[in-house]
Amino acid sequence: MESTTPSTPDAEAPLVRLRNVGKRFANGTLALQGMSLDIGAHDFISFLGPSGCGKSTALRLIAGLTRASSGEMAWTGGAAARTDRDLGFVFQEPTLMPWAKVFDNVWLPLKLAGMKRDAAAPVVQQVLEMVGLSRFADVYPRELSGGMKMRVSIARALVTHPRLLLMDEPFAALDEMTRIKLNNDLLAIWREHRFSVVFVTHSVYESVYLSNRIVVMAARPGRVIDEIRIDEPYPRGEAFRTSSRYNAHCTAVSQSLHGALHGVDIDH
Amino acid sequence: MASTSITEPAVTVAPAVHDDDLATPSADAQRAHEDRQRRRESLLRIVVPAVVVGALLLLWEWTVRANNIPHYILPAPSLILKTLFDNWDTLSSALWFTVRLTLLALAAAIVGGVLLAIAFALFKWVEIGLFPIAVILQVTPIIAIAPLILIYVSSTTAALLLCAWIVAFFPILSNTVVGLKSADSNLRDLFQLYKASPWQTFRYLLAPSALPYFMAGLKIAGGLSLIGAVVAEFTAGTAGKETGLASRILESSFRTEIPMMFAALLLVSLLGIVIFIVFAALSRLVLGHWHESEMRRER
Repeated sequence: MESTTPSTPDAEAPLVRLRNVGKRFANGTLALQGMSLDIGAHDFISFLGPSGCGKSTALRLIAGLTRASSGEMAWTGGAAARTDRDLGFVFQEPTLMPWAKVFDNVWLPLKLAGMKRDAAAPVVQQVLEMVGLSRFADVYPRELSGGMKMRVSIARALVTHPRLLLMDEPFAALDEMTRIKLNNDLLAIWREHRFSVVFVTHSVYESVYLSNRIVVMAARPGRVIDEIRIDEPYPRGEAFRTSSRYNAHCTAVSQSLHGALHGVDIDH
Repeated sequence: MASTSITEPAVTVAPAVHDDDLATPSADAQRAHEDRQRRRESLLRIVVPAVVVGALLLLWEWTVRANNIPHYILPAPSLILKTLFDNWDTLSSALWFTVRLTLLALAAAIVGGVLLAIAFALFKWVEIGLFPIAVILQVTPIIAIAPLILIYVSSTTAALLLCAWIVAFFPILSNTVVGLKSADSNLRDLFQLYKASPWQTFRYLLAPSALPYFMAGLKIAGGLSLIGAVVAEFTAGTAGKETGLASRILESSFRTEIPMMFAALLLVSLLGIVIFIVFAALSRLVLGHWHESEMRRER
């Protein structure tokens, strides 16, 4: 991230390009059908939809954790092709190693890339500071609250300075207060460090608050039915959350989503 | 990337401080009170069983003396202790033999069990092929196979070792296999995402995930290796100069030296207790800082 100049974001060169990507599981289930999407540099995209709509599958495809059974997916961003460090992934659970202290959990991606503890220490400290946990490097995950564990998980995903952060319903299990706080902190980090985010959620409100683009998806088979742009300026704060424009966006997105649910009923 | 914090740290960390470190004077007093209570409880945990055992021994001693029970029927604890000290030379060499046999069998069980478990976890067909054999070894009572082993294996010590090993290795194998397979699937995905090598995945993910299971298996195997060593020696009989505590027990039973039997029995029990305590402590040492099974629950 240190190497990117602030002027690079440019709509012409998406980071990742999906063309007609589909995924059929071995048991025959069509999890995702014909998804096309350009993930632009510095986009904050939400995948919004009911369970079974393929949003998590799409995320895993982008991460390379599962292979598409049809269509094409490619990294096109800039001159450099995708490296291992270009991706960060945050799961629904914090997914920390319980036997390792916070520092060692965050160090893991760099350690796997061969970086020694001493060399990694400044970077680890820096991302811990970003998520507000600089004082907690030396504790075990079990000593942390749910929200703090999620912060560690985010720090670990950011420690390689990825160009794309993938998040799979990361705040779904947290209480409302913690969730709002983490939403705000995530937006601030994203704005400062200018990576792209793909954020899977089933909350209309969360997706409207965070994203500049919402990909609305439907189930059986999992597919994209709509893309809605939220052209509202950042930073977004409490003023935005309570504004009538926010409500209008939420209504529009809900209607699109309910159209999707209704569509399922017609199908069957 | 500037090292700026995106929120005021004080605000961000507030929940945790609120949860854990709220150090008001009354909380301090509360904590001191809890500390005292905890110390008292851990002391009582030692004192109470000791008192119970001591009382039973006194009752035993008193029963034997009051009823003039002859020592060849039931020796008093004092006589057992005296026999133990009088025959310390023979008994200590027998003890040493049994200790060596037990520990060697256990070490072999650890090495064999863990290596086989890794092979099972890594190669599906090794598990499918070999698991039934491991089960057959486990379910057949050792006392039934021991005579055969003693016939086929020419060195008695090697035969004894083999018997003790067969008994001890299965819990380590089966527990470690389960442990290696129990690694969190999201963490597996994470390691895949960062292109971890098989060795890195094993070293940093599978091995730590399996450790609690392995330790549980080790605690069982420690006791079983002693049982295996004693049973094997019973079957082998008292032949030879190099013999263990089981041979002392058999020998004194032939000679109806009941106090000697009790003295040897006492040493077997003590050995079992020491093995148990050592592995329980080891388990606490290795897992205490992170695994539920070894954590003291607060409040």
